[in-house]
Amino acid sequence: MELNGYHCAGEGCAEAEDEDTAGPELLRPAGGEPPCSSAAAGSGEKAMADGPAHRERRISNSTPARQRLDSLKKSRPPFPWFGMDIGGTLVKLVYFEPKDITAEEEQEEVESLKSIRHYLTSHTAYGKTGIRDVHLELPDLILWGRKGSLHFIRFPTQELPAFLQMGRDKHFSSLHTTLCATGGGAYKFEADFRTMADLQLLKLDELDCLIKGVLYIDSVVARGPPECYYYENPTHPENCQQKAYNLENPYPLLLVNIGSGVSILAVYSKDNYKRVTGTSLGGGTFLGLCCLLTGCSTFEEALEMASRGESTRVDKLVRDIYGGDYERFGLPGWAVASSFGNMMCKEKRDSVSKEDLARATLVTITNNIGSITRMCALNENIERVVFVGNFLRVNTLSMKLLAYALDYWSKGQLKALFLRHEGYFGAVGALLELLNSS
Amino acid sequence: MATPGGTNRASHSLDKSITLPPDEIFRNLENAKRFAIDIGGSLTKLAYYSTVQHKVAKVRSFDHTAKAGVQQEADGEPLYEISVQEEITARLHFIKFENTYIETCLDFIKDHLVNTETKVIKATGGGAYKFKDLIEKKLKLKVDKEDEMSCLIKGCNFVLKNIPHEAFVYAKHADSEFRFQNTRPDIFPYLLVNIGSGVSIVKVESEDKFERIGGSSIGGGTFWGLGALLTKTKRFDELLQLASKGQHTNVDMLVKDIYGGAYGSLGLTGDLIASSFGKSATADKEFSQEDMAKSLLHMISNDIGQLACLYARLHNLNRVYFGGFFIRGHPVTMHTITYSINFFTKGEVQALFLRHEGYLGAIGAFLKGAEEDNPNQYSWGENYAGSSGLMSVSPDLNPMQRARSGTFDMLEMDRLERQLVNLPLLQDPSSYIPDTVDLTEDALAREYWLYCFEEALDGVVKRAVASQKDQPEAAERAEKFRQKYRHKLQTLRHQPFAYGSLTVRSLLDTREHCLNEFNFPDPYSKIKQRENDMALKYYQKVVRSLEELSWEQRQFALVRGILAGNVFDWGAKAVSDVLESDPEFGFEQAKQQLQERPWLVDAYNQWVERLKGPPHKCALFFVDNSGMDIILGVFPFVRELLLRGTEVVLASNSGPALNDVTNSELQIVTERIAAMDPVIQTAVKEERLILVQSGSSSPCLDLSRLDKVLATVVRERGTDLVIIEGMGRAIHTNYYAMLSCESLKLAVIKNSWLAERLGGKIFSVVFKYEVPSKAQGLH
Repeated sequence: MELNGYHCAGEGCAEAEDEDTAGPELLRPAGGEPPCSSAAAGSGEKAMADGPAHRERRISNSTPARQRLDSLKKSRPPFPWFGMDIGGTLVKLVYFEPKDITAEEEQEEVESLKSIRHYLTSHTAYGKTGIRDVHLELPDLILWGRKGSLHFIRFPTQELPAFLQMGRDKHFSSLHTTLCATGGGAYKFEADFRTMADLQLLKLDELDCLIKGVLYIDSVVARGPPECYYYENPTHPENCQQKAYNLENPYPLLLVNIGSGVSILAVYSKDNYKRVTGTSLGGGTFLGLCCLLTGCSTFEEALEMASRGESTRVDKLVRDIYGGDYERFGLPGWAVASSFGNMMCKEKRDSVSKEDLARATLVTITNNIGSITRMCALNENIERVVFVGNFLRVNTLSMKLLAYALDYWSKGQLKALFLRHEGYFGAVGALLELLNSS
Repeated sequence: MATPGGTNRASHSLDKSITLPPDEIFRNLENAKRFAIDIGGSLTKLAYYSTVQHKVAKVRSFDHTAKAGVQQEADGEPLYEISVQEEITARLHFIKFENTYIETCLDFIKDHLVNTETKVIKATGGGAYKFKDLIEKKLKLKVDKEDEMSCLIKGCNFVLKNIPHEAFVYAKHADSEFRFQNTRPDIFPYLLVNIGSGVSIVKVESEDKFERIGGSSIGGGTFWGLGALLTKTKRFDELLQLASKGQHTNVDMLVKDIYGGAYGSLGLTGDLIASSFGKSATADKEFSQEDMAKSLLHMISNDIGQLACLYARLHNLNRVYFGGFFIRGHPVTMHTITYSINFFTKGEVQALFLRHEGYLGAIGAFLKGAEEDNPNQYSWGENYAGSSGLMSVSPDLNPMQRARSGTFDMLEMDRLERQLVNLPLLQDPSSYIPDTVDLTEDALAREYWLYCFEEALDGVVKRAVASQKDQPEAAERAEKFRQKYRHKLQTLRHQPFAYGSLTVRSLLDTREHCLNEFNFPDPYSKIKQRENDMALKYYQKVVRSLEELSWEQRQFALVRGILAGNVFDWGAKAVSDVLESDPEFGFEQAKQQLQERPWLVDAYNQWVERLKGPPHKCALFFVDNSGMDIILGVFPFVRELLLRGTEVVLASNSGPALNDVTNSELQIVTERIAAMDPVIQTAVKEERLILVQSGSSSPCLDLSRLDKVLATVVRERGTDLVIIEGMGRAIHTNYYAMLSCESLKLAVIKNSWLAERLGGKIFSVVFKYEVPSKAQGLH
């Protein structure tokens, strides 16, 4: 029978092999980390050594190590380990590539599994539109007692049929694995997964996954660029800098997920959260409007245009109406009074560039998200706001704008935080559910 | 006039010349002073104040002292003298027109402006600056600019306080698109969301205290600007029209586009928009202009609605009014904003709109300039005769009305002589609705009453002419009155919501306003005089015969007396027909017309039981008709109350309405009765019987708008019984009014349709005696 994707005589055998025979191998510290401190349990001494002191807290979770490892073995799902988040625009896929495969395992590994592993890890682009975000890869990660790399891959939801076709071609279904998926697509395409690729999905709630993913990634990232950061001096563009933020005590937290649309969650603890509200003016709106207004076709293209444009030619500012600040109401002259307000007038419509329009679209959507977020933070009495979602990918403009808007309009009360793996938390959260599936 | 179905006629009408004669628009300019102007992006609103000369029927008592004690039998000699006098009242005029007419209008004003005291014109709105020179040159008035937002708030406070049914909830698919809100005793605090090119969210806490608590740059300018970029349509109104024909689901990414259905665990339905314009990012195809416009409209309305809700929640406010050019009566935007507010607050907050939203800036600017006249210390009333009323908002349903909106719209408000307040005895002033049937919602009743008032019009015209026999041009004026009122009725047939909820009361009041407009201040004055005279002759006889009865018998006879007196009513067609043909229709005959007990509503037994108990401290009696009603019905009843030790406050109309007894008439009648009845005489002398004005000139009664003096008297005297008499006051209005003390509502139903509706026949009797429960009484 196949277990864990490896040929094995039986369940007991696999266990014995894992725990005793292969024990020393498995227990060998990965990058100085004791293997027992895997998963949400986080890193141990290693983190103490070169990570910030606050990571200590995770040690308390990691006792008694041996016991946990035992139970892990029993419940550890078979490879491959995937987590998927099928959104309105993008499919986010995280893949755990085991790096601690023994020669014996290698030999036993079924062909289809090997082929998938090789395909995913040896490319950084898949087809025309699939991309592996190499810079986000988390190497030397211990997950459920296995050491490996976590890969972050995305492709447009439109390409899902091609992905399913590939799954079929590579005999994915023969692995009898559970595919953990979240996002609306997990529901919408469930039947397609079954009929096209003979795959059974484990459907998971996207907000549950999102929060699990955020907490997990923040806990395991110890080296390299910090996962959580903020912009220092957001109201002074010349001094505005990224700074690491210590998310040790994250609660309460406002979590703003900007995908095609926007969801705003108030998180009070690991499993106590509520969706406060949402808005349909999100990343999809930015890209949708940009496509219509400028003829561009990709997010990157739209962002690139925006970076070269000037929104003040498109928007009507307070100073355009009042000649300066509107002091009676404490409105600075530079504030936008009416987004696209100048476009009511024909001469001005004729004088703006596509870049200006792209920039104005970006500023409009971003400021609006900032404004709704600020009101939610006030209503929920929460001061820390974490922005995630793929709208922020390579979108420093929006992040700085959000940081600025939150700081300025709250008079420094609110802090905008960002996470490096911005769009992948749902997929990570889905992957983590794999353990509960078997 | 637009051809039916021509949807883009509205824009054509902009190029038309003024369709009404200018003197019907800028009325009474000769007596105008104090001007204010609000010039917006496309509409100009002009405000001025004028003094209006009214003919008012005054009654004056003859000197009867010489004949004191002498038997009065001078048959032909009337009780009092009626004279028509000129009275000067104040009126506010507001006129709204397209900016294209501004020069023509200024010229007209210049030519007719006589008053030279006026030196400045208050101005507000974005266009005030642009047209400053033109105004100064044409009118020779100095333009004095006022802050837009404070004008807006001032205007908003003014209409909310003074115009009943100013605010409404919009319900697109309901029987009546508009659901009007009662005037609240306290209008503060509220949130005003003004959607111009951007959005301002203002919290208003009192007359002088308001704060801009937030706003958004995504507003009307965004709809217009983005709409003009995305489509070939460049005008705001046309973009809205375009949007009303589109399907946003072709452009927006819905929850079901992502989930395949609903996102059940969060309660997000499949049709919810997940990402506005989300489909235009992924699909390589052309999108229709209509669909994009619709998607844009939804995006902006939802966003504004969401922010408004967030601010309302943060500041704990549940009254949110929307205004600005984005709203301005456009059904599409009222609908999308309403939808958004409902969605985001789960129905906890209602989106409210205002009938005179377009006038707020002009009203506010005017008030700022008129502070020395202190308009806020008075109560004002909408003049139905001189106001255009709310336009139909469905362009396709009523193209004629839509075309009219391209020209001129008017609002006139009359300064009321008395300051109006709530009756302190209302159980819950904020939920009090005077009217029993809302004809805006009840189509059958509406049909009937509109027909009824149209049928009665001939009689009213005849009566009006007859009341001014000495004036040869009266017939001509009466004809003008007929045309005006008939036109109002026609308008109301198409737009029942024009002046707020349509009710029997508003139909009656509109008729009074129109009669006044053509100088028929009191068509019934002579009839009332004759009937009062006749009834006085029987007074002593009636009192004597009552005194002969046993206590039990007398109580019943007193009630029957009021009811019989109430049969005499020129306001009810069935009765006025009889009265017209048979003037000798006597008091005794009237009693025979009455329904025998048990009455249609019969609480007489409880009432008698109550009378066996301790006397009431003070009774407030809202009286109805002149003649038999007041003299032979009400006075004997009042006499009995006085004898029991109850003080009595008689409340009568301040101004004339049909054959209702007015306060000045009642004073004379009381004097005369006092002269022959020592019980009344002593009570008057000892101020145990006093007369007060209701503050109203309507055959109906709005207990939320009563003379302030009346309210004070009621409070000071510890009033514990309210008696409301007559069909207008106790059936058409106040039938369901809940009072915090005992109340009697009595009337004879003199209309077979209404009687049938209530389950009875004509001349059915309603005798409703209500005692509030103890808990409520303690308040």
